[in-house]
Amino acid sequence: MSVVPAGTLYRGKVGMWSWVLHRISGVAIFFFLLVHILDTALVRVSPEAYNVVIESYKTPVIGLAELGLVGAILFHGLNGVRIILVDFWSKGTKYQNIMFWIVLVLAVGITAYFTPGHLERVLEF
Amino acid sequence: MSVQIEIPNSPRKQRVTNWEKYGWLYMRISGPLLIVLIFTHVFVNLFTGEGIKQIDFAFVAGKWADPFWQWWDVAMLWLALIHGTLGMRTVINDYTEKPKLRTALVGTLWSVSGALILLGTLVVFTFDPCPPTSNPDLLPSFCEAIASS
Repeated sequence: MSVVPAGTLYRGKVGMWSWVLHRISGVAIFFFLLVHILDTALVRVSPEAYNVVIESYKTPVIGLAELGLVGAILFHGLNGVRIILVDFWSKGTKYQNIMFWIVLVLAVGITAYFTPGHLERVLEF
Repeated sequence: MSVQIEIPNSPRKQRVTNWEKYGWLYMRISGPLLIVLIFTHVFVNLFTGEGIKQIDFAFVAGKWADPFWQWWDVAMLWLALIHGTLGMRTVINDYTEKPKLRTALVGTLWSVSGALILLGTLVVFTFDPCPPTSNPDLLPSFCEAIASS
């Protein structure tokens, strides 16, 4: 028996958007991880093969994507702590809203701190 | 003749392992470990020194010459890929309606993850930082001492 799914959009508050961001960042990190295991495996082929492929990580376009990756990792990790606190801390649900904003500020802040130095390396000013 | 029936409000007997519970717990145990492992990994490789510019064969060989970083990276590989696979499984379960499609996707997912865990583990532990036929300029500096001895 097939089931017609109900709408997937709900509530529209911090609870929903943190869930959406957690899912998107998680899927993105997963696919990067698959690629990253394969590119690292090239060290077992030859130093030349590894160096040629790793050079592409130092180009402007991929370099910009790396900022997104760092931001995604920071958000996913810190929001994961928030989820654990909601699950295991008696006051977790009371502070889940403010914790989301702390997560967001930290993730954006640390990514911003990392950005100038990284851009200098990949954009060759 | 009477039929023996269970008391209607008796609790459900848990006869099989509750894998969903252990999956849920795994996410919450591996999560904090991955924060330490991956945040340090990103900090050492991208935030310090020359950042992304320093990454090449010699850099990786320099790290993996030390069993500490070999085990660090293998722990990261296993914990992260299983964490990611369980997460992707949740995503597949949320969006697939047909049971056969769901089984096929989750089966493919675990196959790919298993293969990559195996590949990654073999790469780390069979790695040679000084492959004999390679251009010495691409190798870590300690290879010279080994070659001349």
